[in-house]
Amino acid sequence: MNRLFVGSLVAPFLLAAAVAAPAGRVQRAPAAAEFLVGQAETGRPGGQLVVVQRAEPRTLNPVSAVDNPSRDVLRRMHADLIHVNRETQRTEPALATAWKVSPDGRRYTLTLRRGVQFSDGHPFDADDVVFSFRAYLDEKVASPYRDLLTVGTKPIAVRKLDQQTVQFDLSEPYGAGERLFDSVAMLPRHLLEKPYAEGRLAETWGLTTAAVEIAGLGPYRFKQYVAGEQLVLERNPFYWKVDRAGTHLPYLDRLVFAIVPNADAQAVRFQAGEADVTMRLSAANFDVLLRDQPKRNYELTDLGASVDYTFLVFNLNDLSGRGLAETERRQAWFRQLAFRRAVSLAIDREGIVRLVYRGHAVPLWGHVPPGNKLWVNTALPKPRRSVPEARQILQGAGFKWQADGALLDAAGRPVEFTIVTNVENAERVQIATIIQDDLKQLGMRVNVVTLELRALTARLLTTRDYEGLVLGLGGSDGDPNTEMNVWLSSGGFHIWNLGQVKPATPWEAELDTLMRRQLTTLDARERKRLYDRVQQLVVENLPITSLVSPNVLVGAKKGLGNFRPTVLDHHALWNVDELYWRERRSGATP
Amino acid sequence: MLALLALVYLAVIAAGFVAPGDPVTQHREFVFAPPARLHFVDPAGQFHWRPFVYAPVLRPGTFDSYDEDRARMYPVRFFVRAPPVRIAGLFSWERRLIGTESPAPLFLFGSDQYGRDVFARLLYGGQISLFAGLLGAALSLGIGVVLGGIAGFYGGWLDEILMRGAELFLALPWLYLLFAVRMSLPLQIAPAQAFLLIVIVVGIVGWARPARLIRGVVLSARTRDYVLAARSAGASDPYLLRRHVLPQVVGIALTQAAVLVPQYVLAEVTLSFFGLGVGEPVPSWGNMLSGLHRYHVLASYWWMFLPGIALIPVFLLYYALADALHQRASILSH
Repeated sequence: MNRLFVGSLVAPFLLAAAVAAPAGRVQRAPAAAEFLVGQAETGRPGGQLVVVQRAEPRTLNPVSAVDNPSRDVLRRMHADLIHVNRETQRTEPALATAWKVSPDGRRYTLTLRRGVQFSDGHPFDADDVVFSFRAYLDEKVASPYRDLLTVGTKPIAVRKLDQQTVQFDLSEPYGAGERLFDSVAMLPRHLLEKPYAEGRLAETWGLTTAAVEIAGLGPYRFKQYVAGEQLVLERNPFYWKVDRAGTHLPYLDRLVFAIVPNADAQAVRFQAGEADVTMRLSAANFDVLLRDQPKRNYELTDLGASVDYTFLVFNLNDLSGRGLAETERRQAWFRQLAFRRAVSLAIDREGIVRLVYRGHAVPLWGHVPPGNKLWVNTALPKPRRSVPEARQILQGAGFKWQADGALLDAAGRPVEFTIVTNVENAERVQIATIIQDDLKQLGMRVNVVTLELRALTARLLTTRDYEGLVLGLGGSDGDPNTEMNVWLSSGGFHIWNLGQVKPATPWEAELDTLMRRQLTTLDARERKRLYDRVQQLVVENLPITSLVSPNVLVGAKKGLGNFRPTVLDHHALWNVDELYWRERRSGATP
Repeated sequence: MLALLALVYLAVIAAGFVAPGDPVTQHREFVFAPPARLHFVDPAGQFHWRPFVYAPVLRPGTFDSYDEDRARMYPVRFFVRAPPVRIAGLFSWERRLIGTESPAPLFLFGSDQYGRDVFARLLYGGQISLFAGLLGAALSLGIGVVLGGIAGFYGGWLDEILMRGAELFLALPWLYLLFAVRMSLPLQIAPAQAFLLIVIVVGIVGWARPARLIRGVVLSARTRDYVLAARSAGASDPYLLRRHVLPQVVGIALTQAAVLVPQYVLAEVTLSFFGLGVGEPVPSWGNMLSGLHRYHVLASYWWMFLPGIALIPVFLLYYALADALHQRASILSH
């Protein structure tokens, strides 16, 4: 596949024609700056936007950030070379204006945008790109991006051709192509080279770092952090994007992340007008806010199915030598496909959608939600809930029923097990309680235990001391590559049976082959065919029982121009550089 | 006072008879249904001595809005026949205090997020919450009386050790301790057992306060003139305890019990609210109230507060009882 992509959005732009800079701020750029011209509705500069955020970011370091709150903030402060448009789900030029792929799909040549400056005014060029990739790929830095940027056996080799051109060599072709570059923030070499050389790159740029020591290429730059309260970003005057009228983006002067740890408190803050944007609303709060909407100055949107999925998983790990004899004994049931099929058939998915999500969710049978339009296998069967059929399957597998209706296994032991989930997530607790009641109709006795997320993760990943577990996954851009660690039998998040030395079952071996092949296949249709088969194998063997995919529910104050939230990550903030207030007001003051 | 309190306990013990429904069945088509309205006047304007209800019907396209189906009235009847239910684990009975012939369940106090009967859960939940109170109070008072008595009566180094130990227990951050206890319990333990364990832990940890009180009483009794006189006359320790000290303690201990029981009821409510108490689907007042930390429940469904309201009369009755006991004890000791 050889293609040359020249962005049609790219146009030369001279600063002389720019509109007056806001008072008190210096704006300068080299005469030949090559600005990206946004095609969105032309807006009005000024004002601020308050976004409620569930947790504090852990760091301001794009190299080491793994948590969602950090990434939500960092994505506003940094830019990538090639970007996946969250609305169209296609790639588009960002810091690279054009790119060329070699016929074997292993060499990418990127042309960088001219005259781009970091948020501290320092110019950006190929040396920064080379430095950034060196940092991400350095084993000592241990960046989470290292795995994503390792295609095949070897990490990418990066070479500077001239100040504006960089060449990337992959050891194997990469199926998702130039999507590889999305979300990989370009770092300022002039600020980070020293800490990198001293081996403390991963620890630099914390929340207490002075604003002047941090610079990026995104629409906003760090201004202030008040612990436990808020994080403030201010407009980056050197941002490389303008609107059709030539006004420098972004429009908004300030972006405030108000930290409100509790989902219900977030809803109340938003309802009271103390926040302009809220994302990841729970269905119940969405309904409460919706009822109040006519009286209030906000608008709520149900964006439909997300790319997240919630599922039930049974512990299929090899537990020998861990002192979990009781769980090991119960694994004899979990390992039977008939048992897992009966459980799946007895679960009232429609009931979960109605009771837990009030209709703001879709029931799932395969793990890929319909919100992931490019990848969902629509041919998968969607068997209707049937308790009699489930009982038949159990009977066929040698299970019996006691006079009082309790289920006994072939050896005459009553079927009783525990489902754990994290106490912070009220929806999951409710799902577990519904499953408990559904399985009671099969004669299974299920205990629901709620644990703190950290305790739960420790059980899942370290001690492996659990039986059943309700959990959710998601937050990716929907491409199967982001789930390599889930589906590979050796993967660190191969939840039901972690990090196998060699595949425990034939179908897990097939999953390995399929996932590895799709990673390096360039033909998109062939990749889809491979991933369809992955989804089919998961449904047939039920290592996880997919339950439901919640809709993305967002709210924003009225009058926010260009507000076009998406189901992919950062829902309402993906186009923050284009957001603006239609009327002269400055948004909420937290 | 005592009679009223007994009535509350009786209703809770006989929950299977008093409640028209059972506490765990999920009526998923009736989620967050409001309490059934008892009518006396039919659509034709005619008055009926026997109250009646209409069946609730979900308003199409909504999640929790219900209309009454006025086409048919269902009179409320007493001592109706129903599937047999076990009362207090002793015998089974196939009568219910009240019921209707309506195809829809009769939700006297509405239904919760799974469509379960709040009235039935309130009564069955009372079994857990009120008896957790009794058990916790009995445990800490029992230990308190023994240890406090020993410390007060014998004094010296024994008193010193026991009272410093009590102070240590008072300083324990018990909520975190309980989190730790819950974490370390194996998952296979049934929720009711886990809860019983936690009540026992709370009861044991709570011995310090009653022990300090009892010690004071015993100490003052021991140094009274007539006790000293009896001792100098050669009375043995057991005799002194039985004849002079314990009668003083009994009144105080009973008063203390009446104060402690509601405190342990509240402890159960608190623990279940934090998810440390009884697990689903078993009801308790605490885990019924824990739904209230969600904004939509707080904002939309007032009947979910009922377990909290049920605590008020129970508390008032217990404190009135404590007062009465206290007065009797003072009269006796003077």
